[in-house]
Amino acid sequence: MLNNKTKNRLTIFVAISILTIIAIVFIFKTLEDNVLYFYSPSEISKTDEINLNNKIRIGGMVKEGSVKTSEDEIKFIVTDFKKEIIVSFQGTVPALFAEGKGVVAEGKLKDKKFFVAKRILAKHDENYMPPEIKKNLNKNAK
Amino acid sequence: MFKFLNPSYVFHLTGKILNFVKIFILPISIIGIIFALFVSPRDYIQGESVRIMYVHVPSAWISLLCFASISFLCILNFLFKIKSASLIYKSLAPIGLVFNFIAIFTGSLWGKPTWGTWWVWDARLTSMLVLMFFYIIFILSYKFIKDDSKALKICTSISVLGLINLIIIKYSVHWWSTLHQQPSINLSGETTVHYSMLIPLSIMLCAFLLYSALIFLMKYRIETIRVKRKRLKKL
Repeated sequence: MLNNKTKNRLTIFVAISILTIIAIVFIFKTLEDNVLYFYSPSEISKTDEINLNNKIRIGGMVKEGSVKTSEDEIKFIVTDFKKEIIVSFQGTVPALFAEGKGVVAEGKLKDKKFFVAKRILAKHDENYMPPEIKKNLNKNAK
Repeated sequence: MFKFLNPSYVFHLTGKILNFVKIFILPISIIGIIFALFVSPRDYIQGESVRIMYVHVPSAWISLLCFASISFLCILNFLFKIKSASLIYKSLAPIGLVFNFIAIFTGSLWGKPTWGTWWVWDARLTSMLVLMFFYIIFILSYKFIKDDSKALKICTSISVLGLINLIIIKYSVHWWSTLHQQPSINLSGETTVHYSMLIPLSIMLCAFLLYSALIFLMKYRIETIRVKRKRLKKL
């Protein structure tokens, strides 16, 4: 059905496509750590070779009831419900920063349990609903 | 069946479809805007900035859809030498690029009040930016490379890379930790957008699709005329 020229083109095309896919998979496997935008607290506690001088990002949920604001500093606990890290930050947090919501902190680790943030970003989840529905949901939950 | 391969018949048909699109586009856009700006509720946490979603999400989808069809047609043209496919992908590419830009632009407008930053280099945002570069290279290569077969080869390789990039865009939020949230609308599984927000979103999607169809049909007809003129000159 296909003539020879088309067959040739098809073989070359399929071969090159497969090679490209394999190459890209390998590239992403090697770059895995760089593609991750942030580490979770569990990943931090697992790895041994985190350089304390490097700027990194950690992300997770702000633990309920853990936010403490003093005059020039805000302290809170980032959790992924397995491990926790205490974060301290000087500056203003974004409007959507709240307890029980996602957060990404950029800065340096003091040790595995303590993180000094230079920048705080709020992470929004995939839920969209009007305020009244949210109120009803909370009522039902109680 | 064969009349669909006849350019003058297709030209006639696209003219008819274009008239239909022209009738529907204005009312649907107006209804969509009214729903998106006034009827739909605020979000419980983002407040009014949720309305950016009604532009951001449809334009991101359309830009992905455009690139998928462009790549498919370009590869088809490369493998089986279907010349008329080039008319379609040449008319689709600018639409995809514009919607890709709108998606990135509105996304960064949304990111400032919610995340607290205009731009971050996470997997989703970066792969979307890469898609924009693919669009630009694609358009430049068929516009400025004089040798048609050479241009087709370059376009095909961009198509293959772009298709892989589309898969990366789709799954970037699942495979890696990103600042961008996971998809809210899942065809298989739970949709986490309240229906009062889904209605304006789907109307806006219709409006955007109609707009793309309008531009596509007009551009396609112009490209057809251009090709015919070129052939006349050669005679």
